[in-house]
Amino acid sequence: MNTEEKRYYFLEGLPVPETPLPGDEPAPWKKTHFVGKGLPRVDAYERVSGSAVYPSDVNFPDMLYAAILGCPYPNARVKSVDTSAASKVAGCRGVMTGSSPGADIAWRYEKKKSKIFDPHCRYEGDAVAAVVADTPYSAWDAIKAIKVDYEILPFVSDERNALASKAPAVHPGGNQVGKPQTYERGDVDKGFKEADVVLEAEYRTECELHTPMELHGCVVRWDGDELIIWESTQGVYSVQTMVAETLGLPLAKVRVIGRYMGGGFGSKLVTSKYSIIAALFAKETARPVKLFLTREQTYLVVGNRPPTNMTLKAGIKKDGTLTALQFTCLGTGGAYPADGTWGVDWLVRDTYLCPNVKCESTDVYINAGPARPFRAPGHPQGSWALEQMMDALAEAIKMDPVELRLKNIPTYSQGRPGNMPYTSTGLKQCLVEGAKAFKWKEKRAALARTKQTGHIRRGIGMAGGLWQVGGGMPPSSIVLKLFVDGSVNLNMGASDIGTGTKTIMALIVSEELGVPLDKIQIENADTGTTQYATPSGGSKTVPSDGPAVRDAAVRVKQRLLKLASEDLKSKPEDLTVVGGYVVSQKDKSKRIKIGEIGKFKEQRVIVGLGCRGPNPVGKIIQPFCAQFCEVEVNTLTGEVTLLSFLAAHDSGRVMDRLTYDSQVIGGITMGVGFGMTEMRVLDRRTGKLCNKNWHDYKLPTSRDVPSEIVSLPLELPDAEANSIGAKGLGEPVTVPTGAAIANAVYDAIGVRVTSTPINPLQLNRLLAERRGKE
Amino acid sequence: MIDEIHREDGPSPSRLSETELAENATEGVTRRGFLASIGVGAVAVAAGGGSASARPSTEVLKPDEMAKLTLKINGRIYRLLVEPRWSLLYVLREELGLTGTKVGCERGECGACTVLIDGRPQYACLMLAVEAEDAEITTLEGLMDGQELGPVQQAFVEHDAFQCGYCTPGQIVAVEGLLRKNPDPSLDEIRTGVSGNLCRCGAYGHIFEAAQKAAKLKSGQGGKS
Repeated sequence: MNTEEKRYYFLEGLPVPETPLPGDEPAPWKKTHFVGKGLPRVDAYERVSGSAVYPSDVNFPDMLYAAILGCPYPNARVKSVDTSAASKVAGCRGVMTGSSPGADIAWRYEKKKSKIFDPHCRYEGDAVAAVVADTPYSAWDAIKAIKVDYEILPFVSDERNALASKAPAVHPGGNQVGKPQTYERGDVDKGFKEADVVLEAEYRTECELHTPMELHGCVVRWDGDELIIWESTQGVYSVQTMVAETLGLPLAKVRVIGRYMGGGFGSKLVTSKYSIIAALFAKETARPVKLFLTREQTYLVVGNRPPTNMTLKAGIKKDGTLTALQFTCLGTGGAYPADGTWGVDWLVRDTYLCPNVKCESTDVYINAGPARPFRAPGHPQGSWALEQMMDALAEAIKMDPVELRLKNIPTYSQGRPGNMPYTSTGLKQCLVEGAKAFKWKEKRAALARTKQTGHIRRGIGMAGGLWQVGGGMPPSSIVLKLFVDGSVNLNMGASDIGTGTKTIMALIVSEELGVPLDKIQIENADTGTTQYATPSGGSKTVPSDGPAVRDAAVRVKQRLLKLASEDLKSKPEDLTVVGGYVVSQKDKSKRIKIGEIGKFKEQRVIVGLGCRGPNPVGKIIQPFCAQFCEVEVNTLTGEVTLLSFLAAHDSGRVMDRLTYDSQVIGGITMGVGFGMTEMRVLDRRTGKLCNKNWHDYKLPTSRDVPSEIVSLPLELPDAEANSIGAKGLGEPVTVPTGAAIANAVYDAIGVRVTSTPINPLQLNRLLAERRGKE
Repeated sequence: MIDEIHREDGPSPSRLSETELAENATEGVTRRGFLASIGVGAVAVAAGGGSASARPSTEVLKPDEMAKLTLKINGRIYRLLVEPRWSLLYVLREELGLTGTKVGCERGECGACTVLIDGRPQYACLMLAVEAEDAEITTLEGLMDGQELGPVQQAFVEHDAFQCGYCTPGQIVAVEGLLRKNPDPSLDEIRTGVSGNLCRCGAYGHIFEAAQKAAKLKSGQGGKS
């Protein structure tokens, strides 16, 4: 039995002291006063007034501007670079290529070695040269004056052709990235024999690009031998590590600051070449340097959600028992190893009870920009296949799709070895409560009664889901300072990528110490001054850093109560903090203002260091969800209108209702993009990206989102997950969206759209095909 | 107006030959010639209601020479030297440090750089700074009352109408522009009003709510500006 289990066993049914003894994990909050309420963000003023300084806003009087010349071909060898004209351009202060002194620097993609300026460019946009100039205009004048002699090489841009015998090899040794990842439990052949119905289908999801609003880039300045980088990043410590390693600098001499950042969605988890190039230019010119990619460049070189080509074969009994699932996936992480198929098979393995499962995922190289994690990597893709298949199975055995899913709910993680139980499993509640709130049965019955005859057809659809990570984990450490006037300084390394991290952490402090939000100042995301944190990704920032904040607050409180106990002549465990006073719980007349506590007046400040403890051994912490939607399909134009969406989510405790709902509507909006509007188009003849702008690569706009999005949090208590009881939210909210829309479209018009995006172009083709058959 | 320049000067941008453009480039360009040949993208925007100046000057600038420019931003006069090709966005952010206006695409797609030109929302990336002379330019910072938030900003706070906050200045300015023209917009009008502003975090639902709240705040208070 591990220590966590002992502790919970010990606490079972016992009164829990409000403030635990040092070293004890605090008990779950019962009634909360701040957490979960829905207060405006602590940094809302900064963000709406324009006073928040994002990295792209950093400005120095003597700052120079750098730009990168990207290779215009998907596969080419740089034979020579002539920079003579470029260096004479008015305002140009420096030109850099791989042969410039100090610029022949190694770069790596996972284990694959490359260079900052690799003479072999394996994807369009890879860095060939860079310039620095007085203005960005001059910088681009100089870029245009660089003459490059390329040896243009044959390329492969479609992963479906990458393993063909004649396909050009992206790297010596062929285009397959290692061995296929395989997973097997039970015996699928036996399972298919036991099934009453066996269905098999192919699915495809298109490559999706992150395109956060703030461009990728940084401002860099040397302060003596300390390198200071203001970077638009999800993890300042991740950038610090990579820059220090690449430039051979001590970690302590690389200070990365990313207090505000304008969106990342996974594409800003890792470090890019621009930070290195900017640092080199800043050194060479002894001036601060700003280097932000252009919007077009961000389409090419800073990642994507890779395309997938999936097959799924499923066996089911008439009573709705799944007997077998067999899944394959061919995907690509682009021109370098980049986990092109990570997570795609996870939902098949883990979501629904099934004894016989077999998965095989093959990752291949193509001549296109390397992938990066994108909000719930692999999951919306896997959901696209699994959840459409579940609906097809339900139809085949004449069962309600919600009922079928409810028949197959696991309470333990089947996808991992050891069948470990979940700390809490809300999939059932999400399905049941979600269906109830959406009026699923009523709407289904009403649609079944109505004979739809016109060209506008209505339909409803749903999908379940979960997110593989989302439980949080160590390490995280937090420093909290309580000042004698009752105000608090919270110091944490995590970035607030727009999810409301800072607000949630402040609410935790308020809850524990009774300090109002306006007396809390947060310093975050600065490797020079704030605590270590892993990058904000994986929906794990709240469940990772939140418990550490609570731990820090508890430690400060313990110290405060100990000091006050001397003034009040009480035991510390009888005391509590209420509204700026330390009060005895036994005798309410015994109270003292925080600032009047004798020893505290002398010390002026109490410092608490909080840490994230380990997760429970032998248990799995995962968020769950189910989303429901109603659509209208115009069978003449192929347009789909989203009428309403309902998102039922089990992410444990709701930390802040406002930002919670923002995540929900944001995740659904992004899922609408994945399912209906977004696709990277690589030209077959040239291998070049055709739609590297927001005009041709369509994001959902204010006119495309559902009129109504209902967020239904199912606050399942989860005391085992961590001391704040919250699980991740930011990623599960986008997992089932695309599949739910596809199922609703099928319900409306009887056409299964197995490839993303469900846009008029595709839907018209499918409708025409069907008319041809009729 | 720029289209007036075209009429007065004869050749429209599309009619300038490669040679003429090249000659302009080597000999230095007149400001008017420059506008006619380069400001193609900006014409569409400015023609809709901008008030770019059309001076009858024949001033000739060398390629690296700066033009004198006076801009009126948030009620304050700025006298500057600019390259004629600098966008209003670049001047606002990098020359004047008014970084409330954000940069997203520099090609008129995302709306992160939305400012009010004589009260109308326009993309600062598609407008040359020299085109904005004589116009009343209002940026996000100009919606503040000292340190106090304006009603649209306040509504965005209350409804959590943003996530990363980077498209937010453009959204707020777009809503401000909408409400100045239409103080009581329907949901559909709000959706159209911010349809030129992308939000990758997907905060649209809350932005609609905030716009409705802002309309109430503005009418209730009489509204600032």
